[in-house]
Order: sequence, then C-alpha cells, then structure tokens
Amino acid sequence: MKTIRGKVYVVRDDIDTDQIIPAQYLNLVPTIPEEYAKLGTYALCGLPDGSAPFVKPGAPKAEYTILVAGRNFGCGSSREHAPIALGAAGIRAMVAESYARIFFRNVVATGEFYPFEVAERLCERFATGDEGEIDPTAGTIANLTAGKTFAMKPLGAVAPVVEAGGLFAYARRAGMIK
Amino acid sequence: MSMTITEKILARAASKKCLGPGDNVWVEVDILLTHDVCGPGTIGVFQREFGRQARVWNREGVVIIPDHYIFTADQKAHRNVDTLREFVKEQKLPHYYDVGTPDYKGVCHVALPEGGHVRPGEVILGTDSHTCTHGAFGAFATGIGNTDAGFVMGTGKLLLKVPKTLRFRLEGEMPSYLMAKDLILKVIGDIGFDGASYCAMEFCGSAIRSLSMEERMTICNMAIEAGGKNGVIEPDEKTFEYVRSRTNKPFEPVYSDAGAGVETERVYDVSQIEPCVAEPHVPSNHALARERRSVKLDRAYIGSCTGGKLTDFLAAARLLKGKRVTIPTFLVPATVEVAEGLSRELVNGKSLVEVFAEAGCEDIAPPSCAACLGGPADTFGRTKGSEVVISTTNRNFLGRMGSKQSRIYLASPYTAAASAVAGHIADPRDYL
Repeated sequence: MKTIRGKVYVVRDDIDTDQIIPAQYLNLVPTIPEEYAKLGTYALCGLPDGSAPFVKPGAPKAEYTILVAGRNFGCGSSREHAPIALGAAGIRAMVAESYARIFFRNVVATGEFYPFEVAERLCERFATGDEGEIDPTAGTIANLTAGKTFAMKPLGAVAPVVEAGGLFAYARRAGMIK
Repeated sequence: MSMTITEKILARAASKKCLGPGDNVWVEVDILLTHDVCGPGTIGVFQREFGRQARVWNREGVVIIPDHYIFTADQKAHRNVDTLREFVKEQKLPHYYDVGTPDYKGVCHVALPEGGHVRPGEVILGTDSHTCTHGAFGAFATGIGNTDAGFVMGTGKLLLKVPKTLRFRLEGEMPSYLMAKDLILKVIGDIGFDGASYCAMEFCGSAIRSLSMEERMTICNMAIEAGGKNGVIEPDEKTFEYVRSRTNKPFEPVYSDAGAGVETERVYDVSQIEPCVAEPHVPSNHALARERRSVKLDRAYIGSCTGGKLTDFLAAARLLKGKRVTIPTFLVPATVEVAEGLSRELVNGKSLVEVFAEAGCEDIAPPSCAACLGGPADTFGRTKGSEVVISTTNRNFLGRMGSKQSRIYLASPYTAAASAVAGHIADPRDYL
C-alpha cells in the first residue's frame, strides 16, 4: 500500500447515507461509467446548508483526497452509491472513529478507498483544507498543516480484501470464484 | 455449545456444528432480494464479473420487487425498471413483480413475505438496509450493497461475520394506545443511533409474542436504525400461520438455545412505555408525544415498509373515524394487498377508504416507497420547503423526505393520526 497525500475534508458524527448521496440521485447506476462519474459530482451534497462544498459547483471532482469523520459514518441505507460517490469524487482513503456496518462493508467490497479507523477524535484535530498524509505501512495519518501524527487501527480481517482491490479480486485470489 | 437463533441460522447456512460471534463464515443464501434502485447496479456487477452469458445461482432464490421510483416521469427511473425487466426475461426468473402489471406488489419488505418468500430459519440478503424486517419471521435477514449482491447472484454465497446478540425482552400487556413503533423507538432511544452496530437485535418476551406479524415486522424493520446487522424474533404459531398461508415450501424453524450467551439483555415493562416521537434528524432522538405538544405540524404521512401496512392504516382509521384532520395527510399503502385491505376492512361499519375520505385526508396514493426517501422531484408527498412532518416511516435524516429544510418527526400511526387531527404533535390517548 502506497502513501496517500492530499487535502483533507472533515465531517463529524452520524453522517448518514442520505447526506453522502441524497435519494434523488439513486436513479444513477454506478456500473455505467458516465453515471459513476456523475455520482461523484453529487458526493456529500446532502450535508447541512452552510457546509463547505465538498465538490465545487461545476467541478468534475472534489479537491480532497482524504476524508476525516467522527463516529458512525455512513449510517442508514445500504446504497452502494454512497462509497462510490466518494470514490468517484476522488477520495482515496478515509479515517473515522467508527463506521456503520453496511457502509464499511460496501467500501471494502467495492475497493473504492481505504476505510481506516482511529481511536482519537481526529475530526477535532483536522480542519477542512489541511494537508494530510496517510502511511498505510506505518499505520499513521499525519496532519502536515498542524505538524501532528496520529496512529490508526490495523485494518484487521478486511485488510486482504482491501489490498486485493475488493470482494471479487479477493475471491478470485482465494480461489472462491474463477 | 449453546447458540442464539442468529448463530444457529448462520451455523446451518455455513454447514457448521457451532460458531460464535466474530467468526467469519461463508453462508449459503436462500433468498436474494433486490429492487429498482439497487437492482440495475447489482445486475451490472454480476454481468461485469461473471460475464454476459452467466446464469444466476438459483432462479428460485432471486426475488426482484420494483418499488422505489415507480410513479414518476423520471426517465432514468423508467430505464432502471426496463433493465430489471430485460434481466428477468434473459434469466427466466420466476419471482418478478413488474410495474404496470397485475403482478405489481409495491414496497419490497412488505411484499416479500406476502409473496411467500420469507420462511423461518432461512438466510435472506437484500440490497436494502431494511431487509432486516424479515427477521420478524425467525429468519436471518440483512442489507447488503450491490457488489456483495452481485457476488451472491453468481455464487449463492457470501462471507458474513457472526454478530454478537443484544437481547431485548419486552414483557407485559400492550396498552391499547401503544404500537410496535413506540417500542422500537424507545429501544433505539435508549441504546442510541449506533447502539447495536454490528450486532443482532433479538426481541423476545410476552409483549413481543402478543404482537401481530405486521407489528413484529415494524420492530425488526428498525433494527438498522440502531446500526443492527439483523433484528430477529423467534417464530411461533402466528409466524407459521402467516407463512403457511403464503407458501407450500417446507421450512425448519430455529430457536435460541436456553443459556445461549448474549452480549447484553435489556428488560422492558411495556405498560410503562408511552407514545413517542423521534425528533429530527436521527431516529434515536426519543421524546414523549405528550411533551412535544408545542411542535406545530404542516403535514402527516402514513406509509412505507415501517408504517404503511394494513395494521398501521387500521390504527390510523380507528383514531380518525368521525374526526377531521387539520393538516394535509398523505396515505401511501405499502402494497397492492394493503391497498385492497383499505377498501375491504371496516371500522364502525365504514371502510378505511371512507373513514380517511371523511376525515379529509389526501387521496390515497398507489403503493410504493413514495416520499419515505424523497426520490425524484415529482414523487408523491415529497417535501419541497420547510415543512414539519409527522411520519410513520423509519428515517428522519436531514433531507430524507426531499427538502433539507423540512423537519421529520417519526411516530406510530396512532400518534401520527392524533397529530394530524391536532395540527401539532399529540398524544393518541387524548383522541382514542
């Protein structure tokens, strides 16, 4: 796994899937390439009014590479459109205190990005726009703007699935499917 | 080794004698459910990974129920149903409930058991987080994403982590003004929005046993609103009666072993539970209805897999008979069967359709998910501004019913109907 560096976007607790991708955009089908890209342009557009736009109006992607969140990120729906919208917008890794189960599973199964967990309340240690760097081998995330480094939890049982690039790649590697 | 009902169902599906929380096991899936919102993406994954010529693992095991974006002019929504139709034809799938035909049912979580596809002891996976509803029948049921569903479609298997079990024992006689929705909102309020994260929520006790199958479905439906992996209730004679009236397929009921280890057990005396609401914007924001009378409302909404079943409309009609609503009141039966029940069932000699018309409710909408999750701009009942809504649905998330400015209060059909009469949040005990 390579180092991931880029701008950080920060959200707090209980960000539900309707905020990640509102239901009106679920008419888009993620396996159709242009609709996959379109989903990215709507990522996190359901956040409360007054939030910094995650994707600027008219931009094809977000300027952020890393998403930092509090507790229970991705709660609610099983819509895979949620991790896909974030991945299509350019997120390559996210770090949260905890995830809702189905969202976490969908991140792993799609292989869209790395879903790391941390014990520390990083949403208070990062501000949107800070420069971040994740070293998956060392298991750390650094706030380069603030000059602080934090330990992440190991990916554990899902590490081989994430490293393989998702459920199908993993199942092929493990000989489960052809 | 003693096991809970959840562990025993997963053990059997994994062909293992015993297993415990935290074990990762490949399970054989009995039913894969999908709909118009996640079906096309699931089919896309299946075809991309297994090839255009691939066949689903078991034609009997795939159930496709379009229900989300049905009565809309949205072109992509129509295309998505066409995608389902074409796939069903190609694969010769026997269990497809097509829009615009006599087969159409409506909301998948009410339609699935209606169609005889939910049986005790089985493993049901669906591309919808409210698939946990089907645990009401003593099955293991949980929501999955498109990629997992595409994998199941091709292999009939999925790697699942065995959840810890949180047991909720609800004892006592249900007060006449209380509904299953009040019980589950109380539980979620107590344990929090992520209080059952990754866990099985097992519901038991005399109050649970006294509930109808539809009320049990309401309880299990909302397990996901506490982050639960599945909700489950042991099957009994009521379960068997419902299931046998819908299918001839054999099934093997499963029960928790006496002494099976659970993570925690909470005990409730339902006679002490009061009618409540969940305030915006999370379902765990529990508040007593009688303490929120100052909240003025713009709209009432009765519908969805949680609160749009026949039992829910019967309750609303019992409260509304001979009264007038003072705010626009939207009624969306979950399924065609529920809609037919509204004409057939009587309250004080009048059909539910008549009761609702005389109470001044909006015209009853055709069955679908409708405004429960917002949807396309022309969706029936979708919020457009700063409406304050009392709703029998399951989620009060920011923007959930359409507009980010609107505020949603979740409640039982009794509380929603009482509030529709009052024009503000009301306690049904003042109106029944």
